Amino acid sequence: MILAGIVYYIAAILLLAGCLFALLAAVGIVRLPDLYTRMHAASKAGAVAAGMALLAAGLASLDVAVALRAILGILFILLTTPISAHLLARAALLAGIRPGAETRVNDLDANEPRQD
Amino acid sequence: MSGAEVLLHATTVSLVVLTVAMALAVVRLVRGPSLADRILALDLITTLAIGYIATFAIRTGFALYLDIAIAIGLVGFLSTVAFARYLLSRRLPPAGGAEESR
Repeated sequence: MILAGIVYYIAAILLLAGCLFALLAAVGIVRLPDLYTRMHAASKAGAVAAGMALLAAGLASLDVAVALRAILGILFILLTTPISAHLLARAALLAGIRPGAETRVNDLDANEPRQD
Repeated sequence: MSGAEVLLHATTVSLVVLTVAMALAVVRLVRGPSLADRILALDLITTLAIGYIATFAIRTGFALYLDIAIAIGLVGFLSTVAFARYLLSRRLPPAGGAEESR
């Protein structure tokens, strides 16, 4: 069972890294200045956090079927998180929420003609 | 310490850190100046719930919790999409009706 011990150690490291990413996302969502930078923190670090926790759960089960289900969940998260973040950012911009003062380039600005 | 003990302590630490993260997300949910901030905080809370459930699956040894995590991910994605469309449709119609709301 020495192999199972090594797998448990790897799962523990993945779990701790995942929860640190979750804390990073939460600190970012509280501390960053405007909606779009907050979205940058929450969608990317949050997806990595959930993916690492699911991967740790799949590894710690020592079962191929459970690990495959965990990988399916990770793929689902990696597919859906960018889509929902994009939709939310686009909706917020079209609804008139302005980026912070530090944002220089705004390709979707309604006051400027779209170039497409 | 054996690997299983290390993993058990790791789940304890992970549950504590995830609780702190969820509390911070709730702070943004309560404070958030706009509706989009609150939607974003809810999205992060569902993502943190997935991590919570995965940690719980390791701790209890029930692999069925992973299915619940996948289902929560699905519901979270759909709710964020629905909230984004609500955010789009909520704004007042433009004077000329120039841009259709998609």
